[in-house]
Amino acid sequence: MTDRGKDRFTKKVYARPKSLVDVKSHFCPGCHHGIAHRILAETIDHFGLREQTVGVACVGCAVFLYDYIDVDVAEAPHGRAPAVATGVKRAQPDKFVFTYQGDGDLAAIGTSEVIHAANRGENITVLFVNNTTYGMTGGQMAPTTMLGQKTSTSPYGRDFRKDGYPIKMAELLATLEGTAYSARVATSTPAQIRKAKEAVKKAFEMQIKEMGFSIVEFLSTCPTNWGMKPLDAQKRVLGEMSEYFPLGVYKERKQADFL
Amino acid sequence: MQEAAKKGAAAAPKGRIEIDFERCKACELCVPACPKNCIEMGRRINAGGFAAAVFARPEDCTGCAICAESCPDVCIEVWR
Repeated sequence: MTDRGKDRFTKKVYARPKSLVDVKSHFCPGCHHGIAHRILAETIDHFGLREQTVGVACVGCAVFLYDYIDVDVAEAPHGRAPAVATGVKRAQPDKFVFTYQGDGDLAAIGTSEVIHAANRGENITVLFVNNTTYGMTGGQMAPTTMLGQKTSTSPYGRDFRKDGYPIKMAELLATLEGTAYSARVATSTPAQIRKAKEAVKKAFEMQIKEMGFSIVEFLSTCPTNWGMKPLDAQKRVLGEMSEYFPLGVYKERKQADFL
Repeated sequence: MQEAAKKGAAAAPKGRIEIDFERCKACELCVPACPKNCIEMGRRINAGGFAAAVFARPEDCTGCAICAESCPDVCIEVWR
């Protein structure tokens, strides 16, 4: 049966994107970083940007971006990826520059860098993966941690009286004049994955057309640190997380002239 | 196979997938993603210690590639 099938179906309709290196990733089973990496690699292939792209990786689970995406990658100190990307883009404006950051990186330690990079209207693209926890260091509370969520540094659940509220970065950055595109997507269902890919394409287009700063926030899972099975973690994203962090496009600039 | 052929062309598969046994981490995300329920979790354990997913019902496959798009480890290839 299988051999017959092999002869019959000869057209490969889905394979690993060329910009995604053919190695096994270090991500935990069910981690959505893998899906975000694949979307990123497919979009780089779609625009044919592989030879002129410089990525800037964050500190966190996505630190090994240079092992997985077949482009030049610079490593930034914790949270400083938008600042490093600013330097790369200003020194080499013909290069395509993106950063790939987690929520501990972008929303906690690097809040200042990302807000000012957006406010300056730096022509870079930011991919922000929000899994409501510090994944690599063992599941500590992040600014995006949901109210009531138990983490290793909030063992009784996050309390707003003590720890404040989860920060909504896509909405926050959409209010800044320099931001050209701001969207929040998820990757928990096949339909959401396709919408996420469209959003990343839009964000890439904004930089190609020199419209300004673009950001795409991914709602991701962290099954290991949430203490859930991958499928239960996906249900959490679809339920509790999507309610607090609504999906959608928050800003989309139509013309390059700013005012 | 012969019985399926008797029922007509509609019963024949329209595509085929291949799951990389060693790369699969058994996260099960592809199982509910498949609209035809062609994928199941297997029993054989790979070098990483995971009971990898298997292509259990090839006869229903349409080659839609939704499983491949849902796989975080990009270990599914699709032919049509």
